[in-house]
Amino acid sequence: MTNSWADIGWTDLAIIMGGNAAEAHPCGFKWVVEAKANRGAKLIVVDPRYTRSASVADFYCPIRPGTDIAFLGGVINYLLSNDKIQHDYVKNYTNAAYLVNPAYGFSDGLFTGYDEAKRDYDKSSWDYQVGEDGFAKLDDTLQDPNCVFQLMKKHFAIYTPEMVERICGSPKDKFLKVAEMIASCSTPTKTMTSMYALGWTQHSKGSQNIRAMAMVQLLLGNIGVRGGGMNALRGHSNIQGLTDLGLMSNLIPGYLTLPTEKEPDFNAYMSSRGFKPLRPGQMSYWQNYKKFFVSFQKSMWGEAATAENNWAYDYLPKLDVTYDMLRVFDLMVQGKMTGYFCQGFNPLMTLSNRGKLTEGLSKLKWLVTMDPLDTETSRFWENHGEFNDVKTGDIQTEVFQLPTSCFAEDEGSLVNSGRWLQWHYPGQEPPGEAKLDTWIMAQIGQKLKALYQKEGGAFPDPILNLTWNYADPNNPTPQELAKEMNGSALADQMDPKDATKVVVEKGKQLSGFAQLKDDGSTQAFCWIYTGCWTEAGNQMARRDKEDGGTGLAPKWAWSWPANRRILYNRASSDVAGKPWDDSRKLVYWAGDKWAGIDVPDYGAAFKPEQTVGPFIMNPEGVARLFTRKMMRDGPFPTHYEPFEAPVANAVAPKIRGNPAARIFKGDFAALGSSDKYPYVATSYRLTEHFHQWTKHVWVNAVLQPEFFVEISEELAKEKGITKGGWVRVWSNRGSVKAKAVVTKRIKPLMVDGKPTHIVGIPQHWGFMGAAKKGMNPNSLTPFVGDANIETPEYKAFLVNIEAIASGPVA
Amino acid sequence: MIGELSRRQFLRTAGAGVAGTTLGAMGFGGAEQALAQSVRPFKLAKTTETRNTCPYCSVACGILMYGVGDGSANNKQAIMHIEGDPDHPVNRGTLCPKGAALLDFVHSDTRLKYPMHRKPGSDKFERVTWEFALERIARLMKDDRDKNFVAKSKDGVTVNRWTTVGFLAASATTNETATLTYKVVRSAGIVAFDNQARV
Repeated sequence: MTNSWADIGWTDLAIIMGGNAAEAHPCGFKWVVEAKANRGAKLIVVDPRYTRSASVADFYCPIRPGTDIAFLGGVINYLLSNDKIQHDYVKNYTNAAYLVNPAYGFSDGLFTGYDEAKRDYDKSSWDYQVGEDGFAKLDDTLQDPNCVFQLMKKHFAIYTPEMVERICGSPKDKFLKVAEMIASCSTPTKTMTSMYALGWTQHSKGSQNIRAMAMVQLLLGNIGVRGGGMNALRGHSNIQGLTDLGLMSNLIPGYLTLPTEKEPDFNAYMSSRGFKPLRPGQMSYWQNYKKFFVSFQKSMWGEAATAENNWAYDYLPKLDVTYDMLRVFDLMVQGKMTGYFCQGFNPLMTLSNRGKLTEGLSKLKWLVTMDPLDTETSRFWENHGEFNDVKTGDIQTEVFQLPTSCFAEDEGSLVNSGRWLQWHYPGQEPPGEAKLDTWIMAQIGQKLKALYQKEGGAFPDPILNLTWNYADPNNPTPQELAKEMNGSALADQMDPKDATKVVVEKGKQLSGFAQLKDDGSTQAFCWIYTGCWTEAGNQMARRDKEDGGTGLAPKWAWSWPANRRILYNRASSDVAGKPWDDSRKLVYWAGDKWAGIDVPDYGAAFKPEQTVGPFIMNPEGVARLFTRKMMRDGPFPTHYEPFEAPVANAVAPKIRGNPAARIFKGDFAALGSSDKYPYVATSYRLTEHFHQWTKHVWVNAVLQPEFFVEISEELAKEKGITKGGWVRVWSNRGSVKAKAVVTKRIKPLMVDGKPTHIVGIPQHWGFMGAAKKGMNPNSLTPFVGDANIETPEYKAFLVNIEAIASGPVA
Repeated sequence: MIGELSRRQFLRTAGAGVAGTTLGAMGFGGAEQALAQSVRPFKLAKTTETRNTCPYCSVACGILMYGVGDGSANNKQAIMHIEGDPDHPVNRGTLCPKGAALLDFVHSDTRLKYPMHRKPGSDKFERVTWEFALERIARLMKDDRDKNFVAKSKDGVTVNRWTTVGFLAASATTNETATLTYKVVRSAGIVAFDNQARV
């Protein structure tokens, strides 16, 4: 989230699209209700299903799964054609005026530089015109045909209300009503908040779905203001934290990136991470990258990371490709993986195309699971009749099932969607011999280290020299680890203005990331968390909720970065530093300094007349409507059909799926076509269940005991399916049996002149736990991910359906 | 752990005050005693209150867990009630159907209690000791790392990566667990590394 949960209470218009907050985030959704009750705010819901969020919306508009960019492209076209944008914001705070290389172009659904064989682009033309001074060229009149504003206008002109209806199946009058409501927030004193979740990420163009709405929000001037923003509601309790801390193939904590093998040495690595400002006087805060990187390396390897060895640069693995989960399971199927750890992760139920997952796990030599619950993944080898039809004796995988603590037995911090790090305490011991995850990881690390000490072996240095300064090496405490995340001084830190004055003594905790150095004299595991545990103690455990009703709660817990509650908050005021909206002041120029209710996301010493842009992380100082070469599938979002779609792409008929998304050969062959699989399927969650966990919980198992699929009355009639009767649903990859819920909540949509039916498939069943054994959508889903980050396309695929006499046999 | 007067302590004290004064002041001295005896003791009065966060979605509702037992050898702590934290600025005491049933997650029948091991081809899990499991896992890791570690690419670039063992981390663990996990995984050179943010 750019903003936070209680801040939603300050909005004028909430749009829930790509999520279903009332059911998936009920206690956060209450802030929409507060805004409606207290401010007269409105709620729009755009969703294939009439959800509980829709049931309390002021306006609901249906949409076909996988067509959000066409819809939002229609909104962008509407805003531009009807001049419903916040002009001063767009001109000064976005790159609308930037001139783009004339070689850049877009035709037949493809951007310049496409290579069909590689499914990739030569992106060299997707960039600004740069002058001899090294700065990007601008046209402040926004009239140059190569300026971002004009290119954007041209790019989105195709998404007329008629085209939106044709692609999305959203009736034109309903689409126009939504566009009109959104456009009402183009004034400086009205704001819209965007609330989205997996309904946008789980597509082969998920990142671009989100970018499309971010563009809408920038055109309306709704980023950096109270009651506005792009708010990813996020799934798991610490999914934000795990991402911040970089537990992904290509990340280093704090959104630094792992080197690739094209960066053989540290200089090569840093050369593409200089972040030189693209306009005069801009902050371009990533220019401090080296400080964050060196402080991380010092945190990891202490005295073994020196200036001479480039801060142990070679201790980091260098990537040839990104080893995302889809790739890793594909490698398993190819027999190229030996072992796999699943710590609190149940991939057999949660990754796509279950048949392929079972094949992959069966080819591993060994599998280790760590979980408080008895997961399907840990028992993938066990036969459960139709629910897990495997030949146990043939599976040669050795499996370790390690029992862990759950939340109630654990101490530490979690990061909520609003970036708050909140500390919690244990209330009991884990049951039986279950252990804390920290204990287990310490054992694995220490035992591996001991083997290398004893026997030597392949490049042991990073293992042997890993910092391990814990009082009990076998049991690091959450307090020790939290202090390590924050970071400390490795030498006395002197005042930059007075070299005789010590600001932070050697060994003391740092108080903010501005204190980090690139000379090896500071260490911090995760620079954006610096400030969470200072010499003043654990800031994450703070409990003063008083905020005068602003919803920011600045003294409750601690928020990254720098306890800032709303990102880009400098943009809440105009160029002169005057708030756009006096009734919702946030950060403003008080004549001699920046003041307000939040920590300014800006340089404290900047004066308004210096015109330093509010998007201080970007080398431009402004937000990007045109995103240069930064995304694989284009600098503007554009409509691509899901890989399995009921119709051809109306704007680019020859293109199947997202042309820049990676898809492995076998998985391409496993795609189904609409003649055999005429119905659009989408997967989703229920308010009574959380993924695959709560089927182990008695109360939730009683509330929603059994797997079902949801279809319209029209489809039921057409296929002879009765309410509560059994159906079989199958895709080109697998088949499930379920009870049919026949409902008015899903209606057929008219897509390109044809009625199109939608089959809703909830996620929550498996063959372990307290609920009835059941199946789930991942027996059916396609094995293809988003072009940029490889999140699988769970939300839009094709199936067929038929009535059957009886359910599965266990 | 809790610096301020807890809500429970407050209720307990206030409740006793009311019983001790109002009825007495109204001249029902004997009735007061009889009433006090008839009232069931407030169940949470003798429990320990612990602040935690709902482990499900990222709204991260504040919760209060009430437990019996003091953690001594014969008096194990056991959580017997969980409710929303009314002081929390986001959820303000509310919980959804998932959070409201957390107690049954903590005490679920399918909570794992012992390390288990499945031999290749076997149709069952067998209980093993932690020592066995961890020693064997470390050995399997070491053997594969030594065999498959890639120190240099085909072009002779130092790459120091280990691609044949992967690790999925849990996005419901704490930052502190994640930090330690990252250190162990990355220092070994593992690149097949992900968490639920991927899916």
